[in-house]
Amino acid sequence: MRGLSIDYLTRRGAVHAVRDVSFDLEKSETLAIIGESGSGKTTLAVGLIRLSPRGTKVTKGEILYTKDGVTSDVRKLDDDDLREYRWAECAMVFQAALNSFNPVITIWEQFLDTARAHGMAGKRRVRDRAGELLDLVHLDARRVLPAFQHELSGGMKQRVLIALALMLEPQLVILDEPTTALDILTQRSIIDLLRQLRQRLGFSMIFISHDLSLAAELADRMITMYAGRVVEHAKVEDMFYRPRHPYSLGLLRAVPRVSGALGNITSIPGSPPDLIRLPVGCSYAPRCPFAIDACREADPPLLAVDTPQHEAACIRWRHVAEVLRSDADVPVAEKLA
Amino acid sequence: MTALIELERISRTFTTPDGPIRAVDSVSLALEAGEAICIVGESGCGKTTTGRLLSGLIRPTGGRLLYEGKDVWLTKGADLARFRRAVQLVHQDPYSSLNPTRTVFQTLSAPLFRHKKARSGRQALAVVTELLQRVDLTPPEYFLTKYPHQLSGGQRQRVAIARALTVDPTVIVADEAVSMVDVSIRISLLNLLLGLRSEFGVTIVLITHDLAVARYFARSGRIGVMYLGRVVELARTESLVGDPAHPYSAALIAAIPEADPEITRTKKRVELRSAEIPSLLALPPGCTFHPRCPLFEAGLCDALVPELLPIPEQREVACHVAVRERAGEPAAATA
Amino acid sequence: MTIAIYARPTLGQRVAGPFVASVEFLRLLSKRPVGFAGFIGCVFFLFLAFVAPLFVPLKNDPSLAEIYQTPSLAHPLGTDFQGKDVLNQIVYGGRDILTIAILAAFFSTTIAITFGSIAATVGGRVDAAIVAITDVILTVPQLVLLIAVAAILRPTSFLFLAVILALLQWSSLLRQIRSQVLSLKERDYVEAARSLDLGLPHIIFREMLPSMRSYIAIHFILAMTQAMYAQVGIIILGLVPISGTNWGIMLYFAQGQGALFFRDSLWYILSPILAIVLVQLSLVSFASGLEEIFNPRLRGA
Repeated sequence: MRGLSIDYLTRRGAVHAVRDVSFDLEKSETLAIIGESGSGKTTLAVGLIRLSPRGTKVTKGEILYTKDGVTSDVRKLDDDDLREYRWAECAMVFQAALNSFNPVITIWEQFLDTARAHGMAGKRRVRDRAGELLDLVHLDARRVLPAFQHELSGGMKQRVLIALALMLEPQLVILDEPTTALDILTQRSIIDLLRQLRQRLGFSMIFISHDLSLAAELADRMITMYAGRVVEHAKVEDMFYRPRHPYSLGLLRAVPRVSGALGNITSIPGSPPDLIRLPVGCSYAPRCPFAIDACREADPPLLAVDTPQHEAACIRWRHVAEVLRSDADVPVAEKLA
Repeated sequence: MTALIELERISRTFTTPDGPIRAVDSVSLALEAGEAICIVGESGCGKTTTGRLLSGLIRPTGGRLLYEGKDVWLTKGADLARFRRAVQLVHQDPYSSLNPTRTVFQTLSAPLFRHKKARSGRQALAVVTELLQRVDLTPPEYFLTKYPHQLSGGQRQRVAIARALTVDPTVIVADEAVSMVDVSIRISLLNLLLGLRSEFGVTIVLITHDLAVARYFARSGRIGVMYLGRVVELARTESLVGDPAHPYSAALIAAIPEADPEITRTKKRVELRSAEIPSLLALPPGCTFHPRCPLFEAGLCDALVPELLPIPEQREVACHVAVRERAGEPAAATA
Repeated sequence: MTIAIYARPTLGQRVAGPFVASVEFLRLLSKRPVGFAGFIGCVFFLFLAFVAPLFVPLKNDPSLAEIYQTPSLAHPLGTDFQGKDVLNQIVYGGRDILTIAILAAFFSTTIAITFGSIAATVGGRVDAAIVAITDVILTVPQLVLLIAVAAILRPTSFLFLAVILALLQWSSLLRQIRSQVLSLKERDYVEAARSLDLGLPHIIFREMLPSMRSYIAIHFILAMTQAMYAQVGIIILGLVPISGTNWGIMLYFAQGQGALFFRDSLWYILSPILAIVLVQLSLVSFASGLEEIFNPRLRGA
């Protein structure tokens, strides 16, 4: 993805939901996009497969997808190619809790519909494939296929959505908040399932969440988003133990843990900015404990910190590094305690 | 010391077309004044119903609710009204906990006028301003004329807490009050609640499914773990987290994904015998956890319902095996 | 004292508040031609019925020489069977009808709100009883019932008539209010109000009713139209004592005096009909405009 920007058009003005986002994803890599409400992460995810609702405009940027050595810009695909891209190459797993199913048809019919929409013919073939897929996600096809969505638990629904996404063996799976609103034990089973599937089938994964622990579990690389921009981009260990952007630092400090010492846990004061009228300069500056005047003058670009694969959009990243004192693989909250 | 508020073998059964559902089954919990306690469990465990029983919003179908030693549902008139004000519930959903057609000032001043804590607009203004400052909504003047839709989730929850404070409660039950709020401000809300406890001695009961939040909030208090309507373990937080006695608690703690790659990828899980959660309409006999329990002992666990019994170091657990193994332990053994 | 300015509105702000709200309301309304036209129509007729008579003297003297004259400068709408000016009668004729309509609407709205809320909050047998009665009234043909009641009771005062009309109209609003209250009862903020011991009247009138403002306003307007029809209906049928001049009575006489058969007397019959129809149309258009304003989804972008 290169320099993608997406705006929502509302009466009050254009909401700059996603601003100039760039990242690269390798084959079989897992990327976590972490952000809170208003960070633009869901707009980004939906934009990746061009499912954006009406009233959304991609103002600039490219989404380059490479298959068998051929690179194409997803944004410029025509309808047929787009349909093929969607699901066969890149599939999306929606949030099960958010009414992602048609309530009046059975799960089997859901499978059938999806298969047909993407050119898979023959009921028997679909039936076999559905059986295979449900098996992969540890569900009993005999029980699940004839059921309606309200008869399934949250965890089961999420598994079905994952199964549906894998139907055409995509190279890239995008998951939007896959474990939100699920119980602890169910979350655990979904996380383990994703890990297993990834190992077996080798697809790349992008998942979007506000839950840092999900990234800690599954991701190779991680992006934190704030007010529509990428503020930090790093390998997962670097992000968790050596964050260089004050927002990443703040986020890590705000999440309590069950195991280990509590450390110095504290919230981030203030609220996210209005995406229609963004402040001049760094959008995090109003809440940032390290902000200086220079921060309010211009939006900081992504700078390479420590290693070239670790970037942070902060001109004071060295100061952040000093505050953390140590570079050890120890959680941030403990380092600051 | 008599407990401030106590649930004595309280039960609540709902009748549905499919049969009776025992949402809360014989739960006993005694809370002291100024205590911070968390009730933790997954969905369907009865924790929300327990919270509503505690606040007197629903009647128990069995057992008693005692406030200052008196059975609440036997009191009437002024005493009952006094109880109602003394125990306030803060709801989970910030988007429906405030009346959308009333400003913050209107919402907060209504109880003040009603209970004669303010007799004029000016007095009400002073009290409301102070309340807003106490819940960290500054500058207060800015918030007075706002409608709920103009506030963020976290701000709305603060207004809801301020509303609860208008009647000087002795107990606040926060039902998943931080679950729908952004991660980065959860801690400040929890700190706010803890501050109320240390400053005014208000007992706070936090109901949540998030054990990490529970551990932070109740770090100097207790946690009660619920499963299918019963309390299966009740202990001081650090004891529970460090050395869970009940296999379900152990499974939960081991299953939580942590925001720390090193820890979370190397954590040891507790394997459960089955992933299926029994329906509340068809509970297993004996200990309801037995079909999934790694410590299951045939003949014992599927025959006898375990009571919540005390074990060393001021803990209680409802597990035959755990009680047997720990009851004989010397008092000095804890993590 | 910056605090005071924000929270306790100064007199200037208190006056300004409703003024600003009205301006905003008119602005929204002006975007809807139908609603706005209806609003203008309502204002016009209210003015005509209540303000105009203060300035225009009643010309009540019959003048046999001027029977059934066609419209002219002296008599813009012609004259009636007694030679009295029709326009004058139209101006004076609205007051009674509109007053009764407003009263009837007011009574029916009050009954609907009171009993609807009680039914929903108290529940049980009281609720069942209220719903049963409402259903009965809803299914009985209104006009027939009205005629029967009027014939039996022979209302002599306006108030009485208004009350009778009201009694037949509260059913649909009651149903609406009841179902709204039933659903609002379960909301978190209502539960909080109960737990804060704010009292049932506060809960009904301050917490729940404000969200129902739109239904109530629209019902009020439509109840006025129904009341007008009903009034005119029973007046024409002669079930109400004839006194004074109002549009219904004009129709009664027009019909009775055979105005249908004379070409010259066309305006005598047409005028009250037009007046009534235009008022109804204005009310209904206004109500439609209100509905759009109150329902944000219909408002569009």
